[in-house]
Amino acid sequence: MSSSDRPSQPLPGCEAPPLGLDGILRERGQREVFCGLTGIIWLHRKIQDAFFLVVGSRTCAHLLQSAAGVMVFAEPRFGTAIIEEKDLAGLADANEELDRVVTRLLARRPDIRMLFLVGSCPSEVIKLDLSRAAQRLNQRFAPNCHVLNYSGSGIETTFTQGEDACLAALVPELPFSDTKQLMLVGSLPDVVEDQFLRLFADLGIEAVVSLPARRAGQMPGVGPNTRYLLAQPFLAETGAALDKRGAVHLPSLFPFGAEGTTAWLHAAAQAFGVGEERFAIVTAPPRERARKALAAHRTKLAGRRIFFLPDSQLEVPLARFLAGELGMELVEVGTPYLHKGHLIDELAALPPGTLISEGQDVERQLDRVQISRPDLTVCGLGLANPLERTGLSTKWAIELVFSPIHGYEQAGDLAELFARPLNRRDLLRV
Amino acid sequence: MQLTVWTYEGPPHVGAMRVATGMTGLHYVLHAPQGDTYADLLFTMIERRDHRPPVTYTTFQARDLGKDTAELFQKAAREAYERFKPQAMIVGASCTAELIQDDPAGLAETMGLGCPVIPLELPSYSRKENWGASETFYQLVRGLADKERRPPPAVTEAGPRRPRANLLGPTALGFRHRDDVVEITRLLDQLGIDVHVAAPMGAAPADLVRLGEADFNICLYPEIAAQACSWMERTFRQKTVKTVPIGVNATREFVSEVCQVAGVMMPGAVDQGRMGWWSRSVDSTYLTGKRVFIFGDATHAVAAARVAAEELGFKVVGLGCYNREFAREIRAAAQIYGVEPLITDDYLVVEEAIEAAAPELVLGTQMERHIAKRLRLPCAVISAPVHVQDFPARYSPQMGFEGANVLFDTWVHPLVMGLEEHLLTMFRDDFEFSDAAGPSHLGHASASASPAPAEPVLAAAQAPVATSPPPATNEPGGWTPEALAELGKIPFFVRGKARRNTERYAAEHGVATITRETLYEAKAHYAR
Repeated sequence: MSSSDRPSQPLPGCEAPPLGLDGILRERGQREVFCGLTGIIWLHRKIQDAFFLVVGSRTCAHLLQSAAGVMVFAEPRFGTAIIEEKDLAGLADANEELDRVVTRLLARRPDIRMLFLVGSCPSEVIKLDLSRAAQRLNQRFAPNCHVLNYSGSGIETTFTQGEDACLAALVPELPFSDTKQLMLVGSLPDVVEDQFLRLFADLGIEAVVSLPARRAGQMPGVGPNTRYLLAQPFLAETGAALDKRGAVHLPSLFPFGAEGTTAWLHAAAQAFGVGEERFAIVTAPPRERARKALAAHRTKLAGRRIFFLPDSQLEVPLARFLAGELGMELVEVGTPYLHKGHLIDELAALPPGTLISEGQDVERQLDRVQISRPDLTVCGLGLANPLERTGLSTKWAIELVFSPIHGYEQAGDLAELFARPLNRRDLLRV
Repeated sequence: MQLTVWTYEGPPHVGAMRVATGMTGLHYVLHAPQGDTYADLLFTMIERRDHRPPVTYTTFQARDLGKDTAELFQKAAREAYERFKPQAMIVGASCTAELIQDDPAGLAETMGLGCPVIPLELPSYSRKENWGASETFYQLVRGLADKERRPPPAVTEAGPRRPRANLLGPTALGFRHRDDVVEITRLLDQLGIDVHVAAPMGAAPADLVRLGEADFNICLYPEIAAQACSWMERTFRQKTVKTVPIGVNATREFVSEVCQVAGVMMPGAVDQGRMGWWSRSVDSTYLTGKRVFIFGDATHAVAAARVAAEELGFKVVGLGCYNREFAREIRAAAQIYGVEPLITDDYLVVEEAIEAAAPELVLGTQMERHIAKRLRLPCAVISAPVHVQDFPARYSPQMGFEGANVLFDTWVHPLVMGLEEHLLTMFRDDFEFSDAAGPSHLGHASASASPAPAEPVLAAAQAPVATSPPPATNEPGGWTPEALAELGKIPFFVRGKARRNTERYAAEHGVATITRETLYEAKAHYAR
């Protein structure tokens, strides 16, 4: 983007921000977001025999440690091969060094069946070819351990795009399958995934597989008879890779809230010839439960104004849910990256005139937050306390990625995540 | 390449952030990709700071690399200056920007910003956080301190003035720096000494300009301030007080060193807190000879070892630090306590060393707290790296006499209390009172749990370290069932040592089968 596309003046209070032709505000400036490496924190829990080896710097290791918040696992299934001066100065061959580190790692952890070499900003700038390294190491360690690579670097990926890159790296490795099957794409908490699998079984859709599977050896097959539902809105590359394998996307709302979940399930039901009557019978009870759970929070949230800073790409579907099912007002919906193809239904379901911003210039966006004084601001951990100090209520965006929020049974929990800061504010007398 | 699981220190630019965030009126423009902004949360979450760190990141992306990232840097610097109007700026690169060699220093210099700009060269691939903090503070002091400033005359018409000292080293995200500064300022005030500038935390660039007006410097945290202090010694002829006042004895020495340097009389009576008496009182008898393993930054580790040995009567069984720059200090201290110094930043090596030393208490960082939790050992935190728990709401210094009181409480609290320990020994086999039950005042959450199992590979890798080669018998290790049962009655924290000693004794004396008698023979043999 050239500099002429940017708003040229700091935003004064009364002026509307300059929008693109499609009504979307695009900004280029300081981006206060995580890089794609952060996805390792949930991916390594999801694929239980995989190890994620970041090839990067001390900063990468420090990020993972800090974003993980607590060091729960004495020896976690992720680590960093820290590039040192001698690797850069050519005193050591970086590829040989990497082989040495991987060999030592796998000797120590023979339980590992899948190893991801994860590219970082430094590894990409020095053009360390991790795909060749993965091929080479794969030959050495197959069949005990499958070695793959993807980039989680901050120059290429923002936060959840790391998961997209990881899953996209898996797709070409999936075996061919001609079975007529439904594939759920995106890592979901096990409990949520199991709920969905039960619902699909009740609908009579027998062959349902998940990407990623919980174990390296159980990754699903894919082929032209595969229909896939995206469980997450940030899987642009993964979707493209699946399309290339002949799988067919089932476009839909994303499964947040009662309506999103119903639309999502319905897309599959239609593709698999499930009758409307059966669909209604199966979905009515959990749908009703979700409605009941949401009603409890609606009183708190209806009419409250919410501002999303860009973080996880979950912003648009969540905004649709909060506006549509809980009656919240959307001040601004910021997202790091807007994939209009996957979000086509979501964008259509937003209240008309909703301000959507893509990218970030954090200082200007914070100016807008202060001018509009929303009731709730969804933001990253670096911004939450400073905003609270100015009297604004905040919701940490990262909690939305780490918590089970999909599906009927979690709709109430999802609403509660937004209601909690407001409830707490009402509660405190200090 | 170095395989790293958890790290003790962040990259050097995080050290620079700790300096900048502690100060006011200073802004840091960091040439860095998006993602490096994670560092903000260290300050806003762990330390609960209510302002964003004063850092502007250029957050360049891959598509910028082919074009002009240098221009991006200049734009960020210009906008940061206009928005924040700082008294001074520091500029530098993070690990990735270091590779693209845009030279933020040179770029900023040509921009003619309206404030002093201090360039930082922090080599990310060879240095770490503490070094980065030290270098940043040193460059700030060198760049900003007015070399012409000197202290005012000692005696004026109004009479003699109070001596004044600079208090140097505290930063954002430091372990209890916030309270240490208050405590030491209070102590100095009792001695009739004023704090001229406390820096970096709490100071503005304008305060650094007048550093030369102090009579002397106090280097509270050598990891951060030693380099700056030695430059000021050369430049202003200011003496440096180097005793770090952690513990009663060190604080006494600090007071006497300060008085000597400041040329003031040692006060007759300074309140020295309760620590001394608390330690002498008979309830503390049970602390005698407690085996303690100490790991942290070198300054805190060395100080903790002294307090442990001299002021609590513990036995230091392990001592180490993660910051190689101060390895000499750790080696010297380790010699005093007759232990092998452990200088490493490899978390797994520290874990092995703790397991092998079988301590009864671990004094360490948040990393050791996790190790101790896994090994089911009591632990107190004495040093960075820190966690949100290390920023308590209450006043809780480590330094000065009040700091010594705090040390007593926080180190003794995790231990099993005096009489309870005896009861545990007497009724070891009692079904609800076994040593697996842990201290009653710490709750029963972990009561029935066996030690958290190490991952199988880890256990296998460590097995050769934990036991010596067994004598050739058909029983594992040559132990009879009775002897093993007797071994089980020995407190768990010395059981490993008893086992090793017995097996060594058996091997040296050609005893093939270890019986109950062998166990007690070995006990007598090694009891000296």
